[in-house]
Amino acid sequence: MMNLRGTGSTFLLVGMTLGFLSEGFLSAAEKAPSTQPAILRMVVASEPPQLNSLLATDQTSNFVLGHIGEGLTRIGARGQIEPGVAESWKNTPLRFTFRLRENARWNDGKRVTAPDFVHAWRAVVDPATQSTTAFLMAPLKNAEAISKKLLAPNTLGVRALDDRTLEVELERPCAYFLGLTAASTYFPIREDALKKWGTRYGSDAELLITNGPFTLTTWVHGASLALKKNPQYWNASQVRLDGIETAAITTDLGAKFNFFKAGKTDLIEQLGRENLPLALREGFRMRAFNDGGIYFLQFNFREGRVTRNFHLRKAIALALDLEAYVQRVNGIPGTPVAHGLVPSWVPGASGRFREEFPRPAPRQDLSEAKRHLELARAELGGTIPTLHWLTTDSALAVREAEHVQTVLDRALGLKIRIDSQIFKQRLAKSKAGQFDLVSATWGPDYLDPLTFVELLKSDHGANRGKYSSPAVDEALREAQSETQAPRRMAALARAEKLGLDDVAYIPTIEKNIIWVTRPELKGVIRHQLSPDPDFSRARFEP
Amino acid sequence: MNGFFRYFLKRLALGILTVFVLATATFTALHLIPGDPLLSEKEQTPELRASLMKQYHLDQPPLVQYGYFLKDLSRGEFGISFTQPNRKVNDIIRDHFPVSATLGLLAISLAATGGILLGSFSALRRGQALDRATLFWVILGVSVPNFVIAACLQLAISELNQKTGTEWLPVGGWGSFHHRILPAIVLALGTQAFLTRLMRSSLLEVVHQDYVRTARAKGLSPLRIFFVHQLKNAVLPVLTYLGPSIASVTTGGFVVESVFAIPGLGRYFVQAIQQLDYTVILGLTVFYGSFLVLMVLAVDLLYGLVDPRISLEGRTR
Repeated sequence: MMNLRGTGSTFLLVGMTLGFLSEGFLSAAEKAPSTQPAILRMVVASEPPQLNSLLATDQTSNFVLGHIGEGLTRIGARGQIEPGVAESWKNTPLRFTFRLRENARWNDGKRVTAPDFVHAWRAVVDPATQSTTAFLMAPLKNAEAISKKLLAPNTLGVRALDDRTLEVELERPCAYFLGLTAASTYFPIREDALKKWGTRYGSDAELLITNGPFTLTTWVHGASLALKKNPQYWNASQVRLDGIETAAITTDLGAKFNFFKAGKTDLIEQLGRENLPLALREGFRMRAFNDGGIYFLQFNFREGRVTRNFHLRKAIALALDLEAYVQRVNGIPGTPVAHGLVPSWVPGASGRFREEFPRPAPRQDLSEAKRHLELARAELGGTIPTLHWLTTDSALAVREAEHVQTVLDRALGLKIRIDSQIFKQRLAKSKAGQFDLVSATWGPDYLDPLTFVELLKSDHGANRGKYSSPAVDEALREAQSETQAPRRMAALARAEKLGLDDVAYIPTIEKNIIWVTRPELKGVIRHQLSPDPDFSRARFEP
Repeated sequence: MNGFFRYFLKRLALGILTVFVLATATFTALHLIPGDPLLSEKEQTPELRASLMKQYHLDQPPLVQYGYFLKDLSRGEFGISFTQPNRKVNDIIRDHFPVSATLGLLAISLAATGGILLGSFSALRRGQALDRATLFWVILGVSVPNFVIAACLQLAISELNQKTGTEWLPVGGWGSFHHRILPAIVLALGTQAFLTRLMRSSLLEVVHQDYVRTARAKGLSPLRIFFVHQLKNAVLPVLTYLGPSIASVTTGGFVVESVFAIPGLGRYFVQAIQQLDYTVILGLTVFYGSFLVLMVLAVDLLYGLVDPRISLEGRTR
């Protein structure tokens, strides 16, 4: 059984390394009539809770917003920052001045102006708005004080010098600020629309005014969304699709596969591992994509926890064989083992951070692991109690827990009790520190290694184990205030190394997904940040 | 008639009490579970959290929250969803229950017709090939979970559509009547299998009753004997089971809804549980509970029509 699966994966791997699979076998696509308007059809995983850019947090909302809205900048095909509503900008470390396009328009024809941005940004940080993404505005001057109600929202470091000039003042230098302005949280908003519709703004297709490449035309709750090309968009000539339609809303990966197979959709943005062999047999055009997220194990450093012991943590880290982990747990071929907290795709000073500051691949070393375990035993007074492993109830999480449970029992005789909880309860228990080890994932909030290295900061919200190291905090502080990219990256790399030398976390894998498109669908961009997938440049070519 | 009315009122009062107990138990259970609906992976500032807590009354002691809940409940209001902050739970029910209900009713009619027909045939042809084939079908239907059947059927139909180039049976989505066929079949299978078994055993009991022999001796046609004397007497247990199963099929199709991407209510229920969305969980539980109570009541009232021997008035006289 294991062998068979192994062969399948190898086959697939070979197929993918050979420059993806041949495209001739797709009978469904050939039969699908090439209709005149170029409408892309897809399945989304969930219903957007609402499409108010001030409040949107989830992936589907951000996907839709990324197509119907636009900020000052956008993220290009290779992760580069491109002009959006702003045609140009100049900056000093603490001040950005954006020049807005004359032809940037809302879908009702009105011009997108600098005050539209000022209004939106103030609303995001205003505590009355209750935006859970307000933290993305933190680099702006006074943002944190406003969110703590110490200052009024109109003291935020943003102002309109005229209709086409937006001046932004930062609290402290922020190397990744420009990239943030592409996020939906930084989108402009029409004050009149927000006033008119109040809390209902963004809850229906008619209750929205937007400025992106597409416009939301239909929204049947729970069933479908339809987007149409926005003729008012300043760059409409570059938008080659006439529309985007969601054929259905479901999280069921098998259903997504069958919809594609039946010719009802044009892509599967994530293939379930169960469907890989089927997709291979059908000859679907598959590609791999590093989704941007990282999986890791987090230790609890609270008083009284055995995982405070360095040698115990080290023993566990050394006992894991992450290549086997990829095979048995994750099962998606081509998934990279994590070399650090910062995944391989993240940009550094000039190239990729991971290439500028390489870390060795983690290796299993059982004799070394046993040596550390003995040291741990001695320090902990002879015996090590059963460890409490907190995780979610997904199939993947349970598979992971059982795999590590077996490995640690066989290799070290360490016992683990698996505590599998639904999402919110796992969150509650991990916040309360009710675990020895917790399995978690982290996705980027912005394009900078800091979004990952920050997890080591003693007061970071996702540092559930309360790991605290003055040296790491110091290195992070240095990185925050440094304006020279190479020196800043070096400080981040130092913080990462210090934390991982301490085995505060065990990064396991980088999230890798396999996705499928019709052969004639070209120009789909995958982003580690929202919106993903990005269809603003997609087109059908026979 | 007076007795009937009294019986009805008594049952209704009992039903309301049941729903009230259900609501209270659910409320208590929700507040005992660790975590709350406002938790999120991204850290919230204390100010933001406090403001959200206040909006949903979560800053109040549980007993006060219970008071708010009961006050809303008495007005038929279930509050605002935590995960979709601009939708009321009532809106969610209004938008999505009809979808689940149409699908459920179609499924239940398929299940009832199929169950009664197959059960009758297999009872009348007891021990023969048809009976054994039916038995096999029943075991399959009862033991294979519907999500397995759903996935297999969907795969088979997509293969069929691909081969024939037609799309008479869509593999998913919602809209025309065609969209309802596959999910209704899948939803119906389990219930249909159970009803077949029930109908078969119930009919077997009736087949050898004296009044059937009398009817035969009178020289009535076999068809008339079957419909008037056997079926009418044997269908009662099926009817009993139909009440709760209407409720369970119209409300419990989450997996099927997910596989066929149907915008039904089941999906919201499961999502709400995963997200600990208090208002949605409570609202839908109370709604489902009331629906179930109503269905059981309806079936009890129907008894009297099918079998005049059953007196609804009890022994009150």
